[in-house]
Amino acid sequence: MRKGTLRQILLITDGCSNHGEDPIAMAALAKEQGITVNVIGVLDQDVIDEQGLREIEGIAQSGGGISQVVYAKQLAQTVQMVTRKAMTQTLQGVINRELKQILGSRASIEELPPEKRGEVMEVVEELGETVNLQVLILVDTSGSMKMKLQTVKEALLDLSISLNARLGNNEFSVFAFPGKKGEVDRILDWTPKMESISSVFPKLTSGGITPTGPAIREALQQFQKKRSLKSLLTHDGDDDVYIEQSM
Amino acid sequence: MMVMTMYTSNNPCSIRIGTTIQGKWHKRRYEIIKQLGKGANGVVYLAKEGRTFVAMKISNQAAAMMSEVNVLKRFSEVQGVALGPCLLDVDDWVHPQEKKMYSFYVMEYIEGDDLLTFIQKRGKDWIVVMTLQLLGDLHKLHEKGWVFGDLKPENLIVAGAVPKVRLIDVGGTTIRGRAIKEFTEFFDRGYWGMGTRKAEPSYDLFAVAMIMINMCYPKRFERKENGREQLRRMISSHSYLKKYEKILWRALDGKYASADEMRKDLVQCMQQPSARVEKRRGKAARKFRLLETMFLFVCLLFMYVVYLYVQIL
Repeated sequence: MRKGTLRQILLITDGCSNHGEDPIAMAALAKEQGITVNVIGVLDQDVIDEQGLREIEGIAQSGGGISQVVYAKQLAQTVQMVTRKAMTQTLQGVINRELKQILGSRASIEELPPEKRGEVMEVVEELGETVNLQVLILVDTSGSMKMKLQTVKEALLDLSISLNARLGNNEFSVFAFPGKKGEVDRILDWTPKMESISSVFPKLTSGGITPTGPAIREALQQFQKKRSLKSLLTHDGDDDVYIEQSM
Repeated sequence: MMVMTMYTSNNPCSIRIGTTIQGKWHKRRYEIIKQLGKGANGVVYLAKEGRTFVAMKISNQAAAMMSEVNVLKRFSEVQGVALGPCLLDVDDWVHPQEKKMYSFYVMEYIEGDDLLTFIQKRGKDWIVVMTLQLLGDLHKLHEKGWVFGDLKPENLIVAGAVPKVRLIDVGGTTIRGRAIKEFTEFFDRGYWGMGTRKAEPSYDLFAVAMIMINMCYPKRFERKENGREQLRRMISSHSYLKKYEKILWRALDGKYASADEMRKDLVQCMQQPSARVEKRRGKAARKFRLLETMFLFVCLLFMYVVYLYVQIL
């Protein structure tokens, strides 16, 4: 049996990008490569301005993912919920595509009568439990995020508690932007365990610019690298099937 | 609990009171009476089908609704003892103005107070009674291969002339061995750093212990650095919880393999305090006897003084 892998980028930010490529275009690029982009906007007491909000929504929409704006306090619960919902959404997309092949172009889960839909959902849930998952987390560390980094760390630890309870395998990787030298810094390389993040996080410094677009582009390259490395190791890249989304 | 601002497509739908909803597939008609509550995935309304009151959950997330329906169906397969509300209908509805499709399901309407309100109205004596009832239901649920997951007072309704606790909102119910689908931080052992989010009976039992704590501290509290130490302080400083300290800790530490085991321990612990009461009564009696003796002695002394006084005169 071949096991599928879902690939997601999770962007945690509190405002607008101001450097480099258009993040919405980069998210669209990710979607083309079968990678979902989810965005969580973190508020303090203040409200995110209209422009920042539109960007957050735009990135998630063109990245085929989910966006949500929350106060820092609710971050932990939101991070795990968004990740899981996006998984279900992607899997539904896959099943919808299969249905279209069998039943014709107008078929989708929503068009099925409730009884049949229930059976399909059981399959989606089963898949969501067993599928392998790769999440690359992009953390905005620009000035205004400084106070929230502790909460972000806790939320990420919480995310690994949630996902590691699944039967499928998980791999996480964490990047921060802006980086110390370049636009993006790797904080944590691919690992199934997130615990080691605790020691790295306090050292993060915050910079002035917010290069969200370049960060997403860099994240895509990381996925590419991982993929080619894997195919090299297994000699045929075929036993690791990536599930691509089409909604 | 969660005051989230949703900027995504999953805005819960709002329906005006008095709207009549007709299902797309089964054509049954329901009149919306009022909103009962909001869950993570949708809104629950009180509705009327003909003359009977029903509860209707409606949402634009067809997928999430279907998995809840699946759970409710499983529950009704093993009824006899009602674990959740009975499922009456599942259907879709096209909003006439928005032209969008919503999914809904209709359940039996369980009328009653939520657990915390009930305890506030009827007193602390009911805490153990309700916990025992809950453990009984959970045991059955676990035996069928399910874990409730999002166990909290808001999801527990006390109904009937003879108060009986009922589980509502099955959105978090998960097959044993999988990852918990939905949870609320205060009742989640992962949040307190005291265990995994794997669906196993001990996950629910942790939540039961937290519900007992919540019944004594209705305001709840936030986790500080050392969650475990914080809970220890909260338990040992409350006279009611202190009595059940040992059991609470076994549940919090995941030492109970089944709900039945915890139930038995609670029953046993309930029977012990009666001995203590008797002891106290014994102590009081002894005190009373001492008082009696003193009183007699004083009386005699007084009479003797009077006697002497009379003699001297």
